[in-house]
Amino acid sequence: MNSLTLLMLLPIFGSVALAATPKANETLTKQVALATTLIVAAATIAMAVSFQRDNVDLQFVEKYSWIPTFGINFAVGIDGLALVLILMSTILAPIVVLAGWNEAHGGRWSVKVFYMLILVLETMMIGVFAATDVFLFYVIFEAMLIPVYFLIGGYGSGQRSAAAVKFLIYSLFGGLLMLASIIALYVMSGDQGGHTFDLQTLSHLQMSSTTQNFLFLGFFIAFAIKAPLWPLHTWLPDAAESATPGTSVLLLGVLDKVGTFGMIRYCLTLFPDASKTFTPMILVLAVISIVYGAFLAIGQRDLKRLIAFTSISHFGFITMGIFAMTSQGHSGATLYMFNHGFSTAALFLVGGWMISRRGSSTIADFGGLQRVTPVMAWSFFLAGMSSLALPGMSSFVSEFLVLVGTFTRYPVHAVVATFGIVLAALYILIPVQKALHGPTTPGNENLSDLNLREKIAIAPVIAIIIALGFYPAPLLKVINPASAHVIAQLGFTDPAPTNGDK
Amino acid sequence: MEFSAPVLNYTLLSPMLILLGGALIGVLVEAFMSKALRPITQLSVTLGSLVLALFQVWKIRNEQSTGAAMGSVVIDGPAVLLQASILIISIISVFLIADTEQFTALAASLPGSEEERHALQTGNQVTEVYPLTLFAVAGMLLFPVSNDLITLFVALEMLSLPLYLMAGLSRRRRLASQESALKYFLLGAFSSAFFLFGAAFLYGYSASITFAGIRNAVVGGGGNDVFLLIGIAFLSVGLLFKVGAVPFHAWSPDVYQGAPTPVTAFMAAATKVAAFGAMLRIYYTSFANAQWSWTPMLTIIAIITMVFGSLVAIAQRDVKRMLAYSSIAHAGFLLTGVIALNKPGLEASIFYLFAYGVATVGGFAIVTLVRDSAGEVTDLNRWKGLGKRSPWVATAFAGFLLSFAGIPLTSGFIGKFSIFSAAYESGAKSVVIAGVLSSVIAAFFYIRVIVLMFFTDPVEDGTGVEIPSSLTSITVIFSIIVTIALGVYPAPVLNFISTLATFIR
Repeated sequence: MNSLTLLMLLPIFGSVALAATPKANETLTKQVALATTLIVAAATIAMAVSFQRDNVDLQFVEKYSWIPTFGINFAVGIDGLALVLILMSTILAPIVVLAGWNEAHGGRWSVKVFYMLILVLETMMIGVFAATDVFLFYVIFEAMLIPVYFLIGGYGSGQRSAAAVKFLIYSLFGGLLMLASIIALYVMSGDQGGHTFDLQTLSHLQMSSTTQNFLFLGFFIAFAIKAPLWPLHTWLPDAAESATPGTSVLLLGVLDKVGTFGMIRYCLTLFPDASKTFTPMILVLAVISIVYGAFLAIGQRDLKRLIAFTSISHFGFITMGIFAMTSQGHSGATLYMFNHGFSTAALFLVGGWMISRRGSSTIADFGGLQRVTPVMAWSFFLAGMSSLALPGMSSFVSEFLVLVGTFTRYPVHAVVATFGIVLAALYILIPVQKALHGPTTPGNENLSDLNLREKIAIAPVIAIIIALGFYPAPLLKVINPASAHVIAQLGFTDPAPTNGDK
Repeated sequence: MEFSAPVLNYTLLSPMLILLGGALIGVLVEAFMSKALRPITQLSVTLGSLVLALFQVWKIRNEQSTGAAMGSVVIDGPAVLLQASILIISIISVFLIADTEQFTALAASLPGSEEERHALQTGNQVTEVYPLTLFAVAGMLLFPVSNDLITLFVALEMLSLPLYLMAGLSRRRRLASQESALKYFLLGAFSSAFFLFGAAFLYGYSASITFAGIRNAVVGGGGNDVFLLIGIAFLSVGLLFKVGAVPFHAWSPDVYQGAPTPVTAFMAAATKVAAFGAMLRIYYTSFANAQWSWTPMLTIIAIITMVFGSLVAIAQRDVKRMLAYSSIAHAGFLLTGVIALNKPGLEASIFYLFAYGVATVGGFAIVTLVRDSAGEVTDLNRWKGLGKRSPWVATAFAGFLLSFAGIPLTSGFIGKFSIFSAAYESGAKSVVIAGVLSSVIAAFFYIRVIVLMFFTDPVEDGTGVEIPSSLTSITVIFSIIVTIALGVYPAPVLNFISTLATFIR
């Protein structure tokens, strides 16, 4: 199956089917949801197989007129970057459904509504990466806030409604700034050959550098809130703390990637000159995010908040890789997006199981899990190792590429960022030591280990993490041509590596 | 002196004439019909006239003429679009007005008097609200098609006077309702005086009362510019009062709150269409060439209006007052369409007016549903947990709120996008930026209501949802369908608007 539109429709069909299932039969609801996400994942993998890796043009292009008065099309198409992210999203979806089998029970509404929201969100996750019409992208970018808002506020825990509102207001603020920029692009396109939202056409617009800088900021701030970059990150720990683990996986693993994806796809493509102008500033923000996120992660007592702060650090790496403007940096950043999706998923899912078993998310409440629940403990350990980018884990490859790509052009930034790795060892090893090792904390003696469903859910995540750690080539073959293309379009050539012993 | 009989084109005037005829029949029904048959007859006459008028508007949709009534009335594309919008909004509002529970049994009686109680006990419910509605709608149809200042003023009074009365008809909290009616009347009379004053100066400037005459004077120059400026300023005061723009908004929260909710719905939606329709016509035709004398003023008013409306709405604890301030903010957004002064601006304004009007009626329809034993509950704190009690009603209300907030896939987003892009195109960047920022503020209080409804546990205080009749359900369902459809696939409506939306001069 090679139609992106059809791929986007599949989860919608699934949610319609869900609506038809009886409310009382929750197992059936979950089975339909799981089957739908599995079908979507299979269809995406089939698409990925027929994707031409060396072709840097958009593939699987489709275009239907939507609102002709404004020149708006329903236009989709993917390059290597989008393919990798869609692949990540659709593989994560069934894992989230399976892993969070009982997540929806603490919610305000029925289990059915939970899975319908997840499926609608999946459609939008595919659409947001596939859109090649800026208006379509914006519509999905904003509309996907609504299901997430209800997922956090309706099924989360703790201060869930406050967290949901904070998330929504931050995102809407960024989105509306982007809307102002989009309106400006639209008006300029009208002056230069007809109103359009086609990304390709808009990237050739002539504009003054002042205009370009302002419009760039409109987009960039929206993406920096999404990604999230220091100092616009404060909504993330709250949202991650309140959301269910599954929702957090989708939020941090997929939705936040829209931010970094947008930086490449929209900021760099539409505003190449402004991107260069702001690069020094953005790199500083990225390095601050890396170090600041890591420091705050070390200080967290709450497991979910800790994972959220590690992500802020990781998003700093991704942003740094993007704005280093080298092809290694770019490839690394894209690969990082993919790998971060899985390592965060592993952390959140295993962490979520630990929390639901213990009934607490405070790290100090755990201890000696290694002895009581060996499988769960090992899974958490592996997830942690992937998060700190241990060689042999997939994130090592991407972090290494980002650092190498940055060092060739911005050695100082790369060196400071390297401290992030040291700090990463701390923020992962401290909770690992506290939660897994040492004497068993009273109250933990009778915790049950992972059951079969949970093992099946986490196995593919860990398998992907390790497999790509040793052999990242299949993904890099898709990513590299796309990254090289972006860098070439920006007019950059990779600086020659300096020889250390001259 | 020879007397020449006026030549009237009855086909072009028929929508208004039908409504006036219906209103007169309504007055007779009120006087002579037995009380048992009265409500249903009135409802049928009213709906029948509105539907017939809408049908007539559809028939004249391709007409272009200034000669409908000796040059006093102009029928063109925008006129047809605005009249059709007003009629559609009125029809779904009448479905709400049909709920007589909302209206006092005997408006002429003193609140709390023996007379009132007697009328209520014997079921002697008066139904004068129907002919009043028809008179008001007729005025609203005339307002955006007026082609001279006298007709414009007559239309203004024709739509206002019935509304003043209707605002005072509430059955519950009658004193508050009457107070709001009086406020509306006094301030309205005041603004009418300003309007007339401005009209006089415009006549002094151009020696003409027709829009074409004023336009020619503006284009030709040579008149006394001070007169023109004073004329535009004072005329604008009258119009800005009707649309509820800051600083002429003071009446709207009180009137929105005090008036019976169906009347609020009708007033909020239909009056806005009519008033903005008239405003668009006069600014786009007569004053277009004097734009440097009024765009700066309107720009400032638009910015203040949207920011003020959004900010103050945050502090509201009453759903009707919150919607009132939200409508003030929307008046600000709509003013950007006037400032744009280009064809996209006109199209966007018409789309926005229709989309906003329908969503507003739908929103107020939901307000009429939430009740306890003493009638409507408008205190937002008692809306807590509505999503648990009646998920569908809460979901529909959330839909309208999201549309007001301009979230994609609702009609509000397309409206906002089109009106802001038109304003940006005309160079009014400051308004667009202010609009975008106040949208963020506005989103906050819409979302707060959603939080109250969905994320807060219900309090058991007798608040419940009661659906008075299937007519109200029709209004809600129609409004939500239009709101979503215009958000997901607005192309046909936008196309239709763009083929028709050109003012003739």
